[in-house]
Parts: sequence; structure tokens; C-alpha cells
Amino acid sequence: MKANVIVINPRDNVAIALEDIAAGARVRLPGGGTLTAVEKIPYSHKVAMVDIDSGQTVYKYGESIGSASAHIGKGSWVHTHNLTEEKGRA
Amino acid sequence: MTASTFEGYVRPDGSVGIRNYVVVIPTVACANGVAGLIEKTVPGVVALRHGHGCGRALEIGMHQAALAGLGRNPNVAGAIVIGLGCETVNASMVAAEIAGTGKPAEFLMIQNEGGSRRTAEKGSAVAERMLHDASRMSRAECPLSLIMLGLECGGSDAFSGVTANPAVGLVSDWLVDEGGTVILTENTEMIGTAHILSRRTGSPETAQRIVQIVEAAERRTKDILGPLASLVIAPGNMDGGMSSIQEKSLGCICKAGSRDIVEVVDYGRAPAGKGLMIMDGPGYDMESMTGLGAAGCQLMIFTTGRGNPAGFPIVPVIKVASTSRLYKAMEDDMDVNAGTVLEGRSLKDVADEIRTLALEVMDGRQTRAEVNDQGGILCLYAMTPAF
Repeated sequence: MKANVIVINPRDNVAIALEDIAAGARVRLPGGGTLTAVEKIPYSHKVAMVDIDSGQTVYKYGESIGSASAHIGKGSWVHTHNLTEEKGRA
Repeated sequence: MTASTFEGYVRPDGSVGIRNYVVVIPTVACANGVAGLIEKTVPGVVALRHGHGCGRALEIGMHQAALAGLGRNPNVAGAIVIGLGCETVNASMVAAEIAGTGKPAEFLMIQNEGGSRRTAEKGSAVAERMLHDASRMSRAECPLSLIMLGLECGGSDAFSGVTANPAVGLVSDWLVDEGGTVILTENTEMIGTAHILSRRTGSPETAQRIVQIVEAAERRTKDILGPLASLVIAPGNMDGGMSSIQEKSLGCICKAGSRDIVEVVDYGRAPAGKGLMIMDGPGYDMESMTGLGAAGCQLMIFTTGRGNPAGFPIVPVIKVASTSRLYKAMEDDMDVNAGTVLEGRSLKDVADEIRTLALEVMDGRQTRAEVNDQGGILCLYAMTPAF
């Protein structure tokens, strides 16, 4: 089956949904392998590929896009409700 | 696939054009009419159209340098500068700066020549001569290290930063590795990433300058837009799953790839060295492209999500669509469909397509914007209101 997410950089811990992924549905990674979406991941939004602890960095483009403001479980939707901008950014 | 050469027009100063234009440059909007008359009289000549009158005291230096930079652009074989006479930009100095490259450059002042018709007649005679000389030049094989590529994104959507921009980033890395030059601009699209960009340079001065220009862009955005600034720089109002300003800006700057940043150049100024550069400039497409053309870019790559058809008068612009939906909707304007990444194609594969096309365009193949005659107006960056 074709991947339904894209991973931009190998360092990233989130993937971007290429379609609406329903809660409980399979997230199919580009290199093969799957995980389960624990909630709905809207089209073009991010899904955590691994568990991300509160305070840990969220990586996309191989760079920090902020840190987790709460524990983000693998397969969860990552957005402003659980991600805060990096503190002390220039 | 590696071709490390292209075929271009070698200029007296050693720079190499991928096009061979004779250009008419008005130094103020009041001279646009004469530039247009010359273009009408001598088909094949390209007349730029100036977007400003002369109430631009604070930007005179910047505008004069940018106009000269457009004439110095390697894609230009010869330039005729048309001044009115009473404007603040000095047409003779613009022409002299262009002539410094060894290329033919002349200037005419409408108030000295006896009005529009007489100026246009004289200008047309010069243009015909320059065009005749330019038509005898031929292309020669040159190393890619002589290419300067300008990067631009306009009308972005949620996938610009997922498909088109990362693919263009691989092309940027390739050109830098070939010894060429790539210019990233649009300060407003770097907001939130100063700390990331400034890590990518070995020079403390360059790092400091990056932080300065990005912070200034954020301040200016807030000053100008006031409470509306959050529409541009707050994550809550971003469509398409952007969760932080860093994320949005990373999606923009990733078109500059991953190589070290060697210099920050002023708007419309030529970089001193080679490699990846940042040009201090606004976030708007037309002003940005004018700055890139004035800096000496022979080629531009323009990523777009919502579909911007604009090209630039003297520089081929390659349009990369971020989705197949856009590509199909505006196929006549788009050169590459990066949206295929969403259907399983690799970024590397799309980058290879852009690279192959870029090499063909360097050798003379026309981009969609060129075919569509998307020359457009010359928009010079202005930071202050006219008075």
C-alpha cells in the first residue's frame, strides 16, 4: 500500500498526512512500516511517529519547530494544542 | 545525471548570461513612455517599466544601484538608460556603472533631447545598433560555477514547504556544490528562524547580520500591520497544520537547501563571493525578483502553491507547483509539478527534474513565464512612503 504520510528529513519525529487519516486507521510510512493514528490526523497536519515527552523537541525539516507542551503519544496529532514555540528564539 | 557546464553568452567582465537581451532602463516612471516607444520601434528590445516616481529620497542609493545592477545582469548584452532629467536617480551614473562591465551602455535624458519623440528616435537608433551587435554573439560552454540562482516563493500553500521547497532545496545544494551561487531572500519568510539560519554560517558577522535582518523584519511586520501582524506571523492563524512560526518559516527557507551561508547582501547588490547567500529584502514577489535580478541572478526558481504566473523581464523564471491540483489548474504557467511528491514520487526525483530543466533553460529553453511573456513591471523595494 502507498504511504499516506511524508517524512521530510530523516531526523524528524513527525510525519505529514497526505490525506485525512481517521482515528484508529493505519499511518503508512514512506520507507515501509506502519503505526496507528490514535486520533484523527487532518490532511496536511502532523502525526507523531514516536512518543515525544513533554518538553522534548519536535523536529520537522530536521530542525526544531518547537517543543511538546504535553506528552505526545506515538500516532497523535501534533498541533498548537501540544506544541509550543521554541523559547528564546531570535 | 551531472552536467557541470552550460552554454551561455560570455560578457567582457567574465560573467556569463543565459539570455542575450538589449534592455531599456527608465530611471523614473516618467521615462516609461519613451522606453515603451523604443520597444515598439525596435522589436526584440526589452523595455523595463519603472514603478516609482521620484519621491523616494531615502531609497535613492538603493534604487540607483538596483537599476545599474539590472543593466549589469549577465543576461543583458547592452543597455540604454532613459532619464527624464529632473529625477533624483542619476541616469548618467546608472549608465556609467553598467558600462563598467565593458558592455555597451548609453543614456539619454528626455529633457535634454527635446522631448519624448526625439529621445525615442535617438534611443531606437542606439537600440538597433546594440541589437545588431548582440545578434552576432554566440553561446560558449561555461562552468556552472558562473551561475547565480535566485529563489522565490509566492502564493504559498500548506504543501509549498513539503513538496516544492524541499525539492528546490536539493537543487540549491547541487548548484552550491558545483561552485555556483544561490540567493535566498524574503526576510519576512525567515521570521522565527534567525537562530537556525545564523548557525549555518562560519562568520560571526554574517550570523549577527542574519539575526538583525530577521528581527527587523519581525518588528516591521508588527509596526506596519499592528494587530493584523498575527495573520502573518502567528501560528494560530496559519492554515494547513502549521503549528509554529518556525515551522512555517522552515518551510520557506528549506528551498535554500542545507549548505553554509557565506554572505548577507543588501537588496539588489551583487554578492562578493560564491555559495549560498541571503539577500536583505521584502517578502513580496515582484520586489524580490527585481532585487534578485539586480544582484545578477541569471535564473530564478519560483515555487507556488496557489499559483503565481509572474516572470521577470530579463531573467527566466522556473515555476514549481506544490500540488497536482494547482499544476492541472494552471498548467500553462507551471514548469514542474512537485505535487507528485504527495502521490509517492521522491523529492530527489522531483529535484532531478527541476535540475534537468534548469540546465536546459540555461542553454536557451524558454520557461512558461517566458513563453507567456510574463515580463511585468519592475518593482523596486521601497521601505518608506513616497513624499
